[in-house]
Order: sequence, then structure tokens, then C-alpha cells
Amino acid sequence: MTETAVVTGTGTGMKLMEGSEAMAEASIAAGCTFFAGYPMTPFTELLEHFAKRLPEQGGVCINAESELEAVGMAWGALSTGARAATGSTGQGLSLMQESFSEITLAELPLVIFNMARGQQDYYQSTRGGGHGDYRHIVLAPMDIGEAVELTQLAFHLADKWRNPVLVYGDYLIAHIQEAVDVAPVTFDEPLPAKDWAVDGSLGGSGRSRIISSLGFAKAGQHSDGIEQHLRKMVAKFEEIEAAEVRYESAFTDDAETVIVAFGSPGKFVRYVVSQLRAEGEKVGYVRPITLWPFPYEAVANAAEGADRVGVFELCAGQMIDDVRLGVLGRAPVTGIGGISTDGSGFGVGPLLDAELIRERVLALHRGEPLPPLPDNERMM
Amino acid sequence: MAQMEAMKLVGQQKPELLLTETHHMCPGCGEPLALRGYLEAIQELGLGQKTIGVAGIGCYTSFSMTTDVDLVQALHGRAPSVATGVKRMRPDAIVFTIQGDGDMVNEGLQEVLHTAARGEAVTCILLNNGVFGETGGHMTATSVIGQRTKNTLDGRDADYHGYPILIGDLLAQLQGATYVARGSVHNAGAVARTKRMFKRAFQTQMDGGFSFVEVLTMCPTGWFIPTKDGPDYMSSTLGEVHIMGELKADGVVKSTEELHEENVRKAMEMEQALARGGIDD
Amino acid sequence: MTSASKTVRSKGTVTIATEVCKGCELCIPACPPDVLSMSTAVNHLGYHYPELVDGCTGCAACLLICPDFVFEVFREVRRPAAGAVT
Repeated sequence: MTETAVVTGTGTGMKLMEGSEAMAEASIAAGCTFFAGYPMTPFTELLEHFAKRLPEQGGVCINAESELEAVGMAWGALSTGARAATGSTGQGLSLMQESFSEITLAELPLVIFNMARGQQDYYQSTRGGGHGDYRHIVLAPMDIGEAVELTQLAFHLADKWRNPVLVYGDYLIAHIQEAVDVAPVTFDEPLPAKDWAVDGSLGGSGRSRIISSLGFAKAGQHSDGIEQHLRKMVAKFEEIEAAEVRYESAFTDDAETVIVAFGSPGKFVRYVVSQLRAEGEKVGYVRPITLWPFPYEAVANAAEGADRVGVFELCAGQMIDDVRLGVLGRAPVTGIGGISTDGSGFGVGPLLDAELIRERVLALHRGEPLPPLPDNERMM
Repeated sequence: MAQMEAMKLVGQQKPELLLTETHHMCPGCGEPLALRGYLEAIQELGLGQKTIGVAGIGCYTSFSMTTDVDLVQALHGRAPSVATGVKRMRPDAIVFTIQGDGDMVNEGLQEVLHTAARGEAVTCILLNNGVFGETGGHMTATSVIGQRTKNTLDGRDADYHGYPILIGDLLAQLQGATYVARGSVHNAGAVARTKRMFKRAFQTQMDGGFSFVEVLTMCPTGWFIPTKDGPDYMSSTLGEVHIMGELKADGVVKSTEELHEENVRKAMEMEQALARGGIDD
Repeated sequence: MTSASKTVRSKGTVTIATEVCKGCELCIPACPPDVLSMSTAVNHLGYHYPELVDGCTGCAACLLICPDFVFEVFREVRRPAAGAVT
């Protein structure tokens, strides 16, 4: 968390709540007044909590008839200057991709929640499944406490940059319950005024406003035109890359083996590496908190002088591409994770286990073959 | 020489809420006639400073830049959901969508149905010319049997291409829809009737209900016919299937027979009014 | 009056923005007193445009049907009959 974040006011009070509820509360603490979504495991509970809590706060939550309509409704709400969000799990976000691209080009501050079924939505989140040159800031909390902070940061960064921010959650964070006090956080950073927002009042004046993804303006007002508009977007992304990288790392100065992991698995890896360090093994870790902009420099620095880099992901291997780019040949990069899910395919697989992760880290560290992946209990 | 009395201006040469005197629509295009209708309705109802439009994608999208109301440019088919988000956050604003038939009835069919079913207090406006005009004149879900388009060169065939969707009639069946009307711009009387439909639609929104105005518009380019044949072609093709009239109003859904009767009566009324010297709004 | 010396009185008139007309000819059949006909000349876009003869009633049918905002319509102010209360 940045030093500029300050807890202000009282929150929910210490309460036992599941991650979905905590993230909904964090959104409300951040001033979110609109949410639209469509049920899908493991995102459904987030929608349920918004549906219950937003109207109590004078906000709006719509159970949209499809994911496509959910993101459309959020688009409309954003256009009026409201803090608005939508979400789903990876499959549902697949349906929203065209709108994500266009909302980014229209410079609307959408917050997107992916309560993912694992880590295989890394490409979708960081490369974007939509069309065109666009980027989303992607924040990956490792647990509920961090999710509460990063959710509020998401709304702040979205407004700061006029760009969508995606929060990469998962089944574990969604459904685990912890005692947490969701207190509002303010960020010591001025935000630009939303004078672009539409409210109808400038009709008939010749100065009416248009929210457009193509850099169009009303006749008589300055228009960038599509080419200049797209180039300005790229310049903005470069500014974001320079300013918003976040990560956590430890034990890398003299590490022989560096493990890179994000999200819930990142917390497991952090634990395993700390244990191994205490036992005298020279291992370290880097945990990206922003998946975009990716902490290439931190990974490069950690790999400098290391003998090997391992990437632990609960998928076939997607973040490993970015790790390789950061390492850039300084050391061999090996994936030590894999596909592991529960019988339904929605949840947590047996590989997310400290003992198994420790085995795999040690195997890499000692140059031994990786143990086979555990199998789940298949549903008939 | 005829003696002239003092003269007064009748109507306005171009709608006040339009920031241009010219446009690039094809000769004989019906869309600007519908545009004039709803922009003048907004202005005459005093709604100019509280209206937010949501535009879809089609030939009419070029008017997004010249329509002098706050506006959100949406994607093909997606205007109704965007309009929903706008209206929920700005319930005091008048929110309308402007979409073509390819946009609303092909790509976005579920959006307009859901928005109407939910009874959102927005006004959805459909410009229906039975083709995808902007891409060159292809079949849409509203094209009629026998209609020749770029991808139905021998005419739409029910066995191969299926039947048109009469979206106005569909929406009139939904309990959440309060006012559902289908206008047309094939002659001056129809244009005047359509403007009245727009006014009723916006009034319906002010009273909290969902309203819908479909407008049959000429597209001689997309129909591959001589420009001045547009109105007659429309009357004998689209106009025979998508029947003009107030399909649902005051809680009553009209039958096709009732619509036909009313159309004959109204057409005569308009013709007579014009012959006498003008239609009063 | 005999048809040979009929004087047609105009109760209205229009201005015609000939240079924006696209020659669609929708106004011609729309005009109830039939006082519009297409020119032989063409405008800078290459289109024929409507021309007005006497007899306009100011009904504004042409304004209603024209997609290109070519017409400005004027109608005489109808004075009340003598003796009527205003």
C-alpha cells in the first residue's frame, strides 16, 4: 500500500464476513453508487452483496439480464460521472470484452471485478480480450485484507487515470470468511474534475457533450480525431506504467532460486519461501500486485545473480510470459505450477497446498524433477 | 400581381437542436425526417436542457456530433443498456436511444426487449428501413419477404432466410411497455403524425413509463431503387408488414384491423389539413 | 373568373436553399397546390432543385418531407373576420 493512503472514518466495525461481502463493502466505502452484474460462480455472492447494500446506501444495483447488458449499464452510469463497477468470472468477462475496449477508449473509470476460477484469466486481464490498443490496470490481492485495500485503490486509480481498473479475485477470496473492518481509505492525491460527465444540462447551448470512444466531439468543439486520440491513449498508458507498478518481494538479494506468484497462490508461496528461508534455503520471492503494469524491473533485479526463477501459477502458464520478459535471459525460467481445480472446475484445486508447493519449490531449487501434479476428486 | 398579406415563418428550416444545416445522408433518405421529428419534439416540450441521448451505430451515427444534446455514443445494439445506466443515475433527465433496425433488432434484440420488460423510463427510437444501410444494404431482421438486398439478391425467401421480426408489435405485448408506436416518413402527413408520436413518447417517459417509437424510413440506396420511388416502395413493402399506428397506448393494444382503419382515417385528415393550408401541431 | 385569365393568389411562399438540395424530388408530389417543379439547371452538387410558381398556400408539406432542410416556409397571417372579437 502506498504511504499516501490514509484510513479515515469508521468502517463496518470488525465483522466476520466472506471476501465477496468485504469487497462489496470496500466498494461502497470508496463511493461506488452503481453496480450491475449477472450471476456466475464464484462471482455471484459479490452481486448478492451489492444488491443488498447499494440500495441501502442510495445507490443502484441491477441484476442485468446478461453480462453484455451489465457492462452496458455500467457504461451508462459512468457517463453520468458516477463511480460504477461490474464484474463476473472469466467466462462472463469474455462476453464484455468489446465494451471493455470501447469504455477504455472513451476514458471512462470502470472498475471490473474478476472473481476468477483460477489464474488462467491472466492473459484476458493483462492483454485484454477486446480489440485495439488498450490497457487496464490490474490489481491482484492475495487475501481479503489486501482485497479491501486494493478495491478502494481501484476506484481511486480509475478516476485518477480515467481508465478501467480490474481487480483479480478468485474463489478462495470470494468465499473465505475472515474478521475484517472495512474502513474507508482516502488517497492523498487530487483527482481531476469530471467535467466530461453528461447530465443533459448543456443541450441547446452549442456546448453539449459527447462521450465517444473515437475521439469525436460535438460540431464546433475541438476533436482529436481517431488517430490522435488513440496515440494520446498510448501516451497515457506509458505514464501509468511509469507511475503505478506495485509488488512485494523478499529474500531476493542473495537468492539462488526466486519464485514469482500472484494472488492467493502468492500468499502461499510467500509463506513457503519464508519457511524455507528460516531453514537456511536461499530462496526468495516476488509477488506482483499490479499484473499490469507488471513489475518487470523488480523481477529483473531479483533474477540478477539468481540461478533459477520459478513461476507458480494455477493454470497452464500465462504470467510466466511476463516473468520471462522481465528476466530476459538472466536465469532459466521454469513453470512450477499447473492446472489444478476442484471437481466442478470453479474452485480451488489440491495444488494450492503449502506442503505441495514447498515440495515443488524445493525440487526446482535442488535441480530435481518436479513431482507430478495432484489429481482432484472428479465429479461424476 | 397577387396581393401578399404579412407573412409569418412556419416551423423552422432546420431543427434548432441540430448543429448543422447540411448532412451527408443519401438523397431521399428518411432518417433526417425522423431526426427532425424527435429533436423538435424535445425542444417544443421544453426538454432541451435535460435530455441525454444514447446513439447506436448506423448511418444516423453521424448525427451524434451534430445533435445539440448531451449524448453517449454506444456500440451496435447496446444503446438500451447504456440508456438504463444513464437513467438510473439521472432519473430526472429525459433519456432516449436512437438506433437502426440492424442495430436494435439484430445485434441488440435482447437489450430493447429487456429494457421494455423492465419498464425503464426511457424512450427507445428505432429508424427502420429494413436494411443495414451503413454497410451497403444487407438484410436485417426486419427486412420483408421478397425484399432484394445485397445478401438476398433474389429477394428474402421465407424458407431460407426466415421471417421478419415486427419489433413494435413484439414490444406492445410486454407489460412493462407503456407507449409503443410506429410512425413513418413516406409523406408529409405521416411525418406530422410521427412527430406527435414522439411527443406522446416523451410525455410517457415524464410520467415514468417505457416508450418506443419505430419510424419506417426510406433508403433508396439500400433498396437499390430510384430515389424518388422511395415512399411508394416503402408503402408497398415494409409498410404492408410493419403497420403504422399507435400499437399500444392508454393500456390498450390495437389489432391490425384497428390500425388499418385508423391509418386510412388519419391519412385523409392530414391530406385535408394540408390542402386547407397546413397541419397544426 | 374564366380559366383563360385566372390569377393564382399565393397565401404563402418558400425560400429554397438550392445549393443543399440533393434532387430527391420528394417535395414535388408532396405539394398539395402543385406549385413546385424541378429546375432544368443544376446546383454545384450536380442536382436539379425545386422552383416555385404562384399559388403556394404555406402549408409546409415541402418542409415536412424534405430530408435536406431546403425549405423555409412563410404563411400569411390570417386576419380575423371583420367584427370578430379578438
